[in-house]
Amino acid sequence: MSMDRRQFLKFSGIASILGFGATVADATNLITGKQLLPPQVDKNKETLTAKRWAMVVDMSKFKTDEDFQKTITACHSIHNVPDFRKPDGAPDRKFEVKWIWKSTYEKAFPGMESQYQSEHVKDMPFMLLCNHCTNPACVRVCPTKATYKLPDGITMQDMHRCIGCRFCMAACPYGARSFNWVDPRRAANLDPAKGGKVNPEYPTRTKGVVEKCTFCTERLAVGKRPACVETAPAGALLFGDLEDPNSEVRKIVTNKLTIRRKPELGTGPAIYYLIGGGDHA
Amino acid sequence: MKIYNGGPIFLGILVFLAIALFPFYNNFGKVNAKPEPKVDTPAIQEYEKANGKKECIESKEWMRGEHMQILNQWRDSVVRDYNRTYKSNSHPNAAPFNMSLQSGCMKCHSNKKKFCDECHNYLSVKPYCWDCHIQPEEKEEVKS
Repeated sequence: MSMDRRQFLKFSGIASILGFGATVADATNLITGKQLLPPQVDKNKETLTAKRWAMVVDMSKFKTDEDFQKTITACHSIHNVPDFRKPDGAPDRKFEVKWIWKSTYEKAFPGMESQYQSEHVKDMPFMLLCNHCTNPACVRVCPTKATYKLPDGITMQDMHRCIGCRFCMAACPYGARSFNWVDPRRAANLDPAKGGKVNPEYPTRTKGVVEKCTFCTERLAVGKRPACVETAPAGALLFGDLEDPNSEVRKIVTNKLTIRRKPELGTGPAIYYLIGGGDHA
Repeated sequence: MKIYNGGPIFLGILVFLAIALFPFYNNFGKVNAKPEPKVDTPAIQEYEKANGKKECIESKEWMRGEHMQILNQWRDSVVRDYNRTYKSNSHPNAAPFNMSLQSGCMKCHSNKKKFCDECHNYLSVKPYCWDCHIQPEEKEEVKS
């Protein structure tokens, strides 16, 4: 059989399409695992759901330093957050990892201080945590999609995927993210050899990943509210669905004057601070 | 036939063979113990007593080959879609399983050394699960 140029081109074109198709199919099977069974996965029945999780921090309810410490410790011990100390016992700021922390008005709301502001507000410590922004800068810059938005508004991260580039830390205007410079299990509070203890129900992180508050997604999945909300003084931290007109957080945000950290940056933070005080809702 | 520089050449070949075949004669005659993962933890025995049989989330053979794939699927499904329960394909009547390495798999397979490490060490696979996930506490076995 002889073949002219036209037939040859037709034949080889079809052959290459078939060959390429087979390769793609093969590669897909390899990657997805063709013997894998169809997933039959579901949410827990008791999962707490919302359209937009948000938090109101009522500063008047935090009265003593103990109130702050109790809240911070609850979060950090549940999530195995390392607490690095210098030999003299002072916190080692170089390796600090924090999910929820105490700071000053000046640092929390820069540019909002005024000359004759009451000493009460100026010196008031503030409870800070990840703002779970509507339009988070950290998610935009993450090159591996290790940090992402969940449909309920939580800014979540996948530690398996984090490559430790720290772009998110540079992008976050709230300093909510911490890098693990060393293996967190070496911290005195987690290392059994140093008298520490881990919470066996939650993983630690590893050296070289960035971590932050997750609004306790693992607790929401089993029907519990975030750990800080449950341990803080009654009504100090209110957690709820901002999109639900009947939720407590929505009522406070609508009826009271609340402030957010650096809203002018357009990130849409979801933590609202109620400074005034007095009884509400 | 004369080979020029025969001495060094044959010496070189001998040295090369000695190095290249080292793994073969070094292990010759040694019996390589087959890995035998154990599934007789208290939690599994209890399950067997209550349900009349041992069963994992899927069949034993399937799990042996695909457990890493399912762990990957679970990981994405849990952290990205809030999914926490897994309905078994091969035992449709079993209660849904908790999709978690630390609080699911390892609650039954609390013997990491005899269950995970047994094969992983044999095959020289070093998964990094335990850099973050906390392995169950194991008592040192008395008999060796």
